[in-house]
Amino acid sequence: MRSILRTDPIARDVAALCAAGVVVGLSFGAIASAAGVPLSQIIAMNAFVYAGGAQFLAVGMAGAGATAAAIVLAGLLLNVRHLPFGLAIGNEVLGARRGARLLGSHLMTDESVAFALAQSDPARRRRAYWLTGICLFLTWNVAAAAGAIVGSALGDTETFGIDAAFPAALLALTLPSLKDRPSLRVAIGGAVLALVATPFLPAGLPVLAALLALVLGRERPS
Amino acid sequence: MSWIAIIVLAAGTYAFRFAGPVLRDRITVSDELKRYLSLAAVALLAALIATAALVEGGKFVGIARPAGVLVGAVLAWRKAPFVVVVVAAALTAALLRVAGVE
Repeated sequence: MRSILRTDPIARDVAALCAAGVVVGLSFGAIASAAGVPLSQIIAMNAFVYAGGAQFLAVGMAGAGATAAAIVLAGLLLNVRHLPFGLAIGNEVLGARRGARLLGSHLMTDESVAFALAQSDPARRRRAYWLTGICLFLTWNVAAAAGAIVGSALGDTETFGIDAAFPAALLALTLPSLKDRPSLRVAIGGAVLALVATPFLPAGLPVLAALLALVLGRERPS
Repeated sequence: MSWIAIIVLAAGTYAFRFAGPVLRDRITVSDELKRYLSLAAVALLAALIATAALVEGGKFVGIARPAGVLVGAVLAWRKAPFVVVVVAAALTAALLRVAGVE
């Protein structure tokens, strides 16, 4: 195991990503159980919704007394980004077989997409996607269930700076995709648009507003 | 939380995840469109990073988290290993909070 991690950069990065995922999963389980969500529902969300942001949002809204319809709408708004993600990676990353497509789609997360797109050739893209997807799915499900059982014994995860670790991890994964000026303009434009839209739009929509930055992606004649 | 909410959210999320690759197979995608699709993913990821780093519940999160992310960003830009980026970001935020900076 150690020698694999030393010689294979993809495996090493996935291991680091999953280690961070364990702590976020633990904290989700702890927060959800503290909010009164039963263990059966926490386990079902982990396995079938499998989207950290939407799960945190749903638990927070349920705690604030939101209706089921509002929770679903907000969660789907946050998760609609998977549609353009899937269009971007396509079936060459998931694999040709039907089973691989059905299963691979469910493993689609910000991290697996970002990590796949950071690779230079199709074979490495597929490997990075599946390795990230499987590893994160397993660690998320186990850690979040464990967190729910252990409850709030972990304390506040902000104490450990975990809230800063995830944006930084995602940034490190996205950086290799910013390989030319148009993608740099789109990234900065998208980030600014989302931040500006945050006070005015409900959760989930600001991130989608970032798509307007695509107008900055035009190739300029040099 | 209601079971209906969990089931509909799970089904809808899976539909989004499944639809992307399928649609890309059904329609012929020009190289220019492919480029824009990659750019769309970049825009969404950049927006996620920015909002996750700076806001929570519609409000500014304070100094510690963005400072940690910034340290991670500089290290990532300097091509530091991924593990170093993540640990340095977390450590910076944690130490700032120990020092009383929120």
